Amino acid sequence: MIGLLAQLHIRENPTQSCEADNGFCPDWIAHNFDRYVDPFFQHVYLTVVALAIGFLISFGLAIIAYRRRWLINPVTQVTGILYTIPSIAAFFLLLPITGRGNTTALIALVSYVLLIIFRNVLTGLDNVPDETRDAGRGMGLTDRQLLWRVEVPLALPEIMAGLRIASTTTVGLATLAFFAGAGGLGEQIFSDITFKSNVVVAGGLAVLLAAVLDGLILVAQRLVTPWTRAVAAR
Amino acid sequence: MSALDSAHTTGPSSRPDAATLAFRSATKRYPGQAEPAVDGLSLEVPAGEICVLVGPSGCGKTTAMRMVNRMIDITAGDILLDGRSVKERRPAELRREIGYAIQQIGLFPHMSVADNIATVPRLLGWHKSRIRARVDELLDLVGLDRETRARYPAQLSGGQRQRVGVARALAVDPPLMLMDEPFGAIDPINRERLQNEFLRLQREIRKTIVFVTHDIDEAIKMGDRIAIMQQGGKLAQYAPPAELLMFPNGRFVEDFVGADRALKRLALQRVRDVDLWKAPLVRVGEPVAEARAKATDSEVPYPLLVDDDGRPLGWLSERGLVGERVQHELRSSAEPVLETDDILRDALSDLLQEEAQYGPVVDGRGQVVGVLSIEMLAHVLRTDPDQVPSGADAAA
Repeated sequence: MIGLLAQLHIRENPTQSCEADNGFCPDWIAHNFDRYVDPFFQHVYLTVVALAIGFLISFGLAIIAYRRRWLINPVTQVTGILYTIPSIAAFFLLLPITGRGNTTALIALVSYVLLIIFRNVLTGLDNVPDETRDAGRGMGLTDRQLLWRVEVPLALPEIMAGLRIASTTTVGLATLAFFAGAGGLGEQIFSDITFKSNVVVAGGLAVLLAAVLDGLILVAQRLVTPWTRAVAAR
Repeated sequence: MSALDSAHTTGPSSRPDAATLAFRSATKRYPGQAEPAVDGLSLEVPAGEICVLVGPSGCGKTTAMRMVNRMIDITAGDILLDGRSVKERRPAELRREIGYAIQQIGLFPHMSVADNIATVPRLLGWHKSRIRARVDELLDLVGLDRETRARYPAQLSGGQRQRVGVARALAVDPPLMLMDEPFGAIDPINRERLQNEFLRLQREIRKTIVFVTHDIDEAIKMGDRIAIMQQGGKLAQYAPPAELLMFPNGRFVEDFVGADRALKRLALQRVRDVDLWKAPLVRVGEPVAEARAKATDSEVPYPLLVDDDGRPLGWLSERGLVGERVQHELRSSAEPVLETDDILRDALSDLLQEEAQYGPVVDGRGQVVGVLSIEMLAHVLRTDPDQVPSGADAAA
């Protein structure tokens, strides 16, 4: 339905053969590129905000569950259920409660990354060598100092790895956010899914966004974990 | 190791004094376990001495050590640090005053050597410049290059890591150090060197040290006093090493110390404690006749070729004493070269290893100061055990 309506809108005047054939038309792309700018930034917004909120929630949960081990199972189960709900279903389930718009989309996107980041943060913390922890405690670090000065820094490689998986996943899922009325590149793709030029540009931008985010996180990871590249000198 | 020899009585350290430590019927009982892990342990460690806790695995030696800095809390009894109960202290604060070194070292992999060493000074809020100076001082003290300060632990050798661990434990000049098998993960050759270095260091810093090991030989070598513990966390005997070797108070100690007690006494003396033979030293270019004369005058049958700085190059056997002048090429190996700081047990094993009757002894600068022979070691073994000094005397 939405697609059909938009199709009329996107090609007002399909006189040229390339556009009429639903082909890949560089001319058309060059003339119509600006119609992708706003959806692209809306997509960036959805992805980054969902990642930020999702990271804060799951990182916090992991920190709490790290010291209170009994919380690990319930948190894993709840975030696991959220993870398995098909995102389209989540959008439609939320619509009656939160209505159309960013809120609904963000809730669904956030709930989807919780499990990934939670598990990675916890694994990272659990992988801190026992002797490192013992030495820290034995020298007089309090539990809090041990956490923030030793355990979290040492968990950074796993935490960042989780963030990378989460960011790629979120870019992909955000293409469905238009079902919740939140726009994004998905809206462009489905506005005329038969038109190659449209799908290639909108889809390509989504892939580009995923790659750029992944690269940025990778660079950040290398900046915050210089010791992981320190190789034996002798 | 000249860096180790320089005194560091002044500097950015905080409390140079050593503490006295007293276990008073200290007991650790874990719920659900019939036997206590440590059972009524009572012993006193005088300030500045090394007390070695030794025993088979499961004897509670590590538990006993960890009760001192409250890594494990005492069930009954008490532990007094300078007369004050550790139970009155907040654990984190207490631990900052007690040096802590463990077998696995536990360096922070994400911190440079300097940051690792600065851990406790930072917790105590030391000023940056003071920390910097202290790190340099400690690197010198444990014989590490100052360039290593920026390295990460992954970039260090096992021995270097061990030294960083010791430097980190010494960072705020704590009056008490706890060391749990600190040399346990090091290969035998480097372990012997690190032990010697550590004893040299201890002569200088005079800390009170609780040292845990399962190795009776290490205990005899390192300890001023040795506490032998047995299954069930009971103290079997607490005595200086010589006393332990000569008067074990029961079957358990006797068995644990081993049938070769006489041989073990060699660990109580160092090469420098023995009247060494005078070495017939010759240099390249000396007339062969003169070299022969020197050897005849000495207890050693052959002259020892040394370089201009007096460092050993090799023995000149009959085959080497040909022609007019002593030649460099005709020497045979000088191995094993022994050091004045070696304990006699290690010297003996070096000699046996090289199948040598005697070996040149060098001082800290590598200069020959005499010759040690199997014959002399046999003599030491035959002497009256009452004349054997205690480990404390040997280390002094």
